[in-house]
Amino acid sequence: MLEIIQNNWMLLLIGQYPNGPLGGIVATLLLAIAGLALAFPVAVLLAVARISPFRWVSLPAAAIVHVVRGTPFLMVLFWSYFALPVLIGRPLSGFWTLVGALVLYESAYLAEVIRAGIQALPKGQEEAARSLGFGYFRTLALVILPQALYNSLPALIGQFVSLIKETSLGYVISVNEFTYAAAQLNSQLLVQPVEVFTILAITYFIICFTLTQSARWLEQRIARSRQGRPGRREAQPQTDILATEPMP
Amino acid sequence: MIRFDKVNKWYGPDVQVLNDITAEVNKGEVVVLCGPSGSGKTTLIRTINRLEPINSGTITVNGQETHAKSVDVNRLRRDIGFVFQQFNLFPHMSVMDNITLAPRKLRGMSRAEAEEKARTLLVRVGLEDKAGAYPSQLSGGQSQRVAIARSLAMDPPIILFDEPTSALDPEMVGEVLAVIKGLAHTGITMMCVTHEMGFAREAADRVWFLDKGVLLEDAKPDAFFSSPRHPRAQRFLADLRH
Repeated sequence: MLEIIQNNWMLLLIGQYPNGPLGGIVATLLLAIAGLALAFPVAVLLAVARISPFRWVSLPAAAIVHVVRGTPFLMVLFWSYFALPVLIGRPLSGFWTLVGALVLYESAYLAEVIRAGIQALPKGQEEAARSLGFGYFRTLALVILPQALYNSLPALIGQFVSLIKETSLGYVISVNEFTYAAAQLNSQLLVQPVEVFTILAITYFIICFTLTQSARWLEQRIARSRQGRPGRREAQPQTDILATEPMP
Repeated sequence: MIRFDKVNKWYGPDVQVLNDITAEVNKGEVVVLCGPSGSGKTTLIRTINRLEPINSGTITVNGQETHAKSVDVNRLRRDIGFVFQQFNLFPHMSVMDNITLAPRKLRGMSRAEAEEKARTLLVRVGLEDKAGAYPSQLSGGQSQRVAIARSLAMDPPIILFDEPTSALDPEMVGEVLAVIKGLAHTGITMMCVTHEMGFAREAADRVWFLDKGVLLEDAKPDAFFSSPRHPRAQRFLADLRH
């Protein structure tokens, strides 16, 4: 197995780059980062819309969240593959198709994480800001969201882990990423599929496990920084955040 | 300054929390609201800045009907300070930022100007060395004094206190009450819901006694404490003495 890594680490790391498209682990991480970076603002908007006092705002947002959460990621990916080019009127690369699908899918999950973070804050925070004379949106921007997002950081990292794992489904639409690189390697070597896919699995595990551990560390840090804060309700238990990852 | 006219409020069809409240607070006056728990005193002061809606009647602040649809509630609230039982400081901001946030963002004050004002206020509440601290590093009494400074930073002509000492350890009640007493009779109109009858006796111009949403007594503290007229108030005071 070590020999396979020694001879092919460049392919696994960056795909056929610079002679071909960028792939491998680097592409996987880029996909995940692009997906998260674009899904995050969409998720904040969805979360804010979900808790809106106006039903014409909250209902459509709830509908989007429920539909997406009730759909397998593979379906969303296929849908994006065929529908996104039609919607934007031009062909889309595999990379951006996958990013589009990730944003659509993950923003629904992230929105629920952020909504939970907002609703876990004591009501008094909003009342204090409103009593000073801040309007609804300035209260959100200055008082509610900074706290809610900070408190939900561990859960957000957990969501980033599922995002990394979901990028592997890009394989079915031939996106050059880590799983795709491993499959290429497998067809080159022909006789060592177990070794190749074990390397793939272990690498995914190392990346994701590192992140979940850092989420746990962060969670403890946040819990500690909350201690002794007067007038704060206990935050919602976050021990099970990693159990709420969606299945792709 | 603040006038209640036949104010009624229900929770659901059966529970009436405010029953035909009609009363007035004059400019610069200190009114203490007391009464058994569930009597509607907290609800009453929360209706003044529209944290709670009312079902009928009018509340007029400085000639402006506060529950009118046309009123800009954010503008109204800038001029009504509110101090909560649970302090509700913003835990992600330093003491300085807690105090300067509203003057900077809502009154367009520069940071330097707002911070200078905040320092004066911190001296006034006896916490000039806590400007850089975060709320998690403060005791309850210190937190409440910062919350008072935060309200004062907007220079409100009116300030409302909702049980400002009820969430405090006993040894911290005094420091907060001292700050509130220091504000009384400086021209600011104050309403304070409290169970601290000693404070009411010393600082209040008038005491309102509520029970089951009805304003039963509106009297000077001397008269209220020595000879309450209503039997319910007599019983309340007798219970307090035990």
